[in-house]
Amino acid sequence: MNRRPPTPIPLAARRVLRGDRQALARLITQVENRDPDALPAVRALYPHSGRATVVGVTGPLGVGKSSLLNLLLSHLRAQGTRVGIVAVDPSSPFSGGSILGDRIRLERPAGDDGTFIRSMASRGHSGGVALATRETVRLLDAFGMDVILVETVGSGQSDVEIHDVASTSVVVVVPHLGDEVQSLKAGLFEIADVFCVNKSDLPGADSAAKYLNEMTHLVNEKAGWRPSVVQTSTTIPRGIPELWEAIQRHEAFLDSNGSRRTRDRQQLTEEILGLVRERVDARLAAALEREPDLQALLDRVVARKIDPHSAADRLLAEVRRPK
Amino acid sequence: MARSGSSKPIRVLIAKPGLDGHDRGAKVVARALRDAGMEVIYAGLRQTPEEIVESALEEDVRLIGLSILSGAHMALFPRVLALLKQKKATRIRVFAGGIIPDEDAKRLKKMGIRAIFGPGASLDEIVATARRLAGPSRP
Repeated sequence: MNRRPPTPIPLAARRVLRGDRQALARLITQVENRDPDALPAVRALYPHSGRATVVGVTGPLGVGKSSLLNLLLSHLRAQGTRVGIVAVDPSSPFSGGSILGDRIRLERPAGDDGTFIRSMASRGHSGGVALATRETVRLLDAFGMDVILVETVGSGQSDVEIHDVASTSVVVVVPHLGDEVQSLKAGLFEIADVFCVNKSDLPGADSAAKYLNEMTHLVNEKAGWRPSVVQTSTTIPRGIPELWEAIQRHEAFLDSNGSRRTRDRQQLTEEILGLVRERVDARLAAALEREPDLQALLDRVVARKIDPHSAADRLLAEVRRPK
Repeated sequence: MARSGSSKPIRVLIAKPGLDGHDRGAKVVARALRDAGMEVIYAGLRQTPEEIVESALEEDVRLIGLSILSGAHMALFPRVLALLKQKKATRIRVFAGGIIPDEDAKRLKKMGIRAIFGPGASLDEIVATARRLAGPSRP
């Protein structure tokens, strides 16, 4: 099969493939800004992706995700593994600004080009990651990183989008986070391939791990995989090799029965649908701008002369109209 | 792309080079820049010039803000500027704050530190300067 793109490979893509860190950094910025100028390079790099192990690290605020990432990073670097990190923090809904503070906990030797760390603001995207996270992961993959660790924003119960980005999702909890019923609820706890009970130096860790273990026996069997439960502590530190082993066991499971392909397919389906939505959104915004009768249309809805569904049909017709 | 998502927030790295552990000022400035709509990468304490420049390049920031109270600014700031030059990244502009004597400030500005804020500088002034230094958008 001829996978070579029909057009010459853009300079930015060539530079990324050559290992140019600044070119990679700039391309990520463009992707974050949804800059259409980045598309040729992004397209050209797509065939070079799909090789890396992508590990999502998610869990509530303050459970120690960044500290865990730091220890995983040094564990992997000690083995010579090249590691990319995308750390997502929330944007302010008021100012649009953001404090991206995950780098504070990430330590590495200066000049280590086997690591690339990027902080990312969620920019209003809900679900725990940013719109550009997936694309950024793929750029790091094409850049040659073996493992890409994605840290989500401190997640709420329904922030599960990391499941659409990572091949293995690690859900991090701490002792006394809640009772057994919490772990039965829908959402966050359903996406775990690996549970990590962090701060296991604190009392209550054993019973938290026990609850999770029992729960995974009861309800979480998805397509033949029962999530592992690992206890870690980042202050002692302990459990990091075990955590990485659990992640690798899940990766091996994905390869053993074709579920990697299924998962990849599902993730790409979600991604394509997301891109379509983004384009439709943009066209809708453009349609709204050129809809002179919008105020009149709204007036009629407010006056109960037409209903919201009919108004939506009208706008949809405008979106469909070729520009 | 006509969405609000196509905006280009200013990305700033705030870091404390050297060995003093007083980061209240850096945090207050980081927060003010956040409230002004910027994406602030907070690199934290005890950063070497090498680490600061490496982070700035990975994060593709437009600005670096250095905070220092230890008195080592004449050793550390020029090193940051030299590394940026060496990496062909002088597009990234550097401003600073802390306890910096006037004569040092003068010399540092000549070397390429774009603005220096001492005690008593207002947050509005810092935000306005950061905006001006970041410029309208990258060419």
